[in-house]
Amino acid sequence: MQALATLGRYTLATLNEIGKVFIFSVQGLKNCFVPPFYFREIISQLVIVGFYSLPIVGLTAVFTGMVLALQTSVGFSRFNAAGAVASVVVISITRELGPVMAGLMVAGRGSSSIAAEIGSMRVSEQIDALRTLRVDPFKYLVVPRILAGVTMVPLLVLVADVIGVMGGFLVSTTLLDFSVGSYISQTVQNLAAIDVISGLVKAAVFGFSLTTFGCYHGFCCDLGARGVGNATTRAVVSSCIGILVLNYLLTALFFGI
Amino acid sequence: MTKIHFERLCKSFEGGLQVLNGVQLGIEKGESHIILGQSGCGKSVLLKCLLGIQKITSGDIIVDGISVQDERRFGEYLRKFSILFQGNALFDSMTILENVIFGANQVRRDKFECRKLAEEKLFAVGLEKRVFDLYPAEISGGMQKRAALARAIAVEPEILLFDEPTSGLDPITGGVICNLLKNTIKSLGVTALTITHDLKVAEFLADRVSVLNQGTVVWTGRTKDMETCGNGYVIRFHQASSLSGTVA
Ligand SMILES: Nc1ncnc2c1ncn2[C@@H]1O[C@H](COP(=O)(O)OP(=O)(O)OP(=O)(O)O)[C@@H](O)[C@H]1O
Ligand SMILES: [Mg+2]
Repeated sequence: MQALATLGRYTLATLNEIGKVFIFSVQGLKNCFVPPFYFREIISQLVIVGFYSLPIVGLTAVFTGMVLALQTSVGFSRFNAAGAVASVVVISITRELGPVMAGLMVAGRGSSSIAAEIGSMRVSEQIDALRTLRVDPFKYLVVPRILAGVTMVPLLVLVADVIGVMGGFLVSTTLLDFSVGSYISQTVQNLAAIDVISGLVKAAVFGFSLTTFGCYHGFCCDLGARGVGNATTRAVVSSCIGILVLNYLLTALFFGI
Repeated sequence: MTKIHFERLCKSFEGGLQVLNGVQLGIEKGESHIILGQSGCGKSVLLKCLLGIQKITSGDIIVDGISVQDERRFGEYLRKFSILFQGNALFDSMTILENVIFGANQVRRDKFECRKLAEEKLFAVGLEKRVFDLYPAEISGGMQKRAALARAIAVEPEILLFDEPTSGLDPITGGVICNLLKNTIKSLGVTALTITHDLKVAEFLADRVSVLNQGTVVWTGRTKDMETCGNGYVIRFHQASSLSGTVA
């Protein structure tokens, strides 16, 4: 009986939280289209979320592509199908690994720092100060970050796609004995617009969700240094889970169930 | 003329904690009013209710005939106020000058005018040009207090609010800041509401004081009448303060 009650309470709390995040994200989305816009903040967030994530996203992408080429060539050569390596690399990178890997990396880097920054602003009354200066904290803090997520994560994924395919290409042509010409022509043959576009749409959704989670947990942060720490952890965990769940839903949507 | 009117203000939090329980108080235009109270008695909550940061549970706050609960006129309402927070609340991603310009932006559109106003206010609170381009974390607590005051007066308010203006400062710096506050209030001719638990600050700044205890204002009057007011709590507060004799 006791266990049942605990389970019920836990479920209710979770549902309550999901509802709050949903309301927060709708509010965030709505505010993206309502002036005033703080262009300086938007630009600085574009740089922080986009540009500064480039190295880590590039690094992840190149190693993912390389490992993919190694693994598939080992597996496929058992069935004399080593020629399919190029197609597997390009399809899985553009459809899945590019968006998901980049999304997770930006989630780890971006949503944690968003939650920590907004959380400590809340703790030190800076958010109250914004309100009393008649600046809507939602428009000043949340909107620029969401816009940065929605626009920059797709760009990062585009870069990750290119670098990931390059990684596969490098391993295949240097370590495995693929000829440069045939690898490239195989890659181009299997490169489909729908794969790239679906990946970019995913990326935009991931960007929205990870910045929203970061902002949400920052705003709901308990007072004190420990509150900020907890908010940061929650932001990373929830945005990573969010990305994996959304990825499944979007894949089902794009490519049929 | 009454500038700020608290009408049976009540505020309770989720979980049933009743912090304010019928605060009844009128603050006159142009006076410097102090609210004295023990730590945790709800002074900061009172200020947050006044600024509409926290929703009030019942009762009302009226400023120049506008209620804090009137959402249509809330912009106009808020425009009258400026606050010096307990922890300064300077934006730590901006330099000192940018912080003050951010405030000045509320009253001036032109970029150049904003900058001029901000520099003027920074000089007025006694900050030197060399700290203008430093970040809040790079200057001392006393300077942060001054910078926060500059930002507060840059919005050209009618009402200045000070939340524990001397907390966290040494006695000498605290005294200097108190002096600065007093001069600022006098030169701007604003209505000032200061919140503190420190009787010394109250004696120095106040035209009138109100003592807050258990969620209500138990006494209002001049500081020098505190000893003889006949209210047990007020007298105890006064005696305890004279004993400890600290400023900050
Ligand atoms: N957001 C909140 N949720 C729940 N309780 C709160 C909240 N804010 C304040 N309280 C409670 O209200 C009471 C009064 O807090 P407040 O910060 O106003 O005290 P204070 O008089 O300003 O004290 P100090 O002099 O230490 O600053 C405290 O008991 C506090 O626990
Ligand atoms: Mg307080």
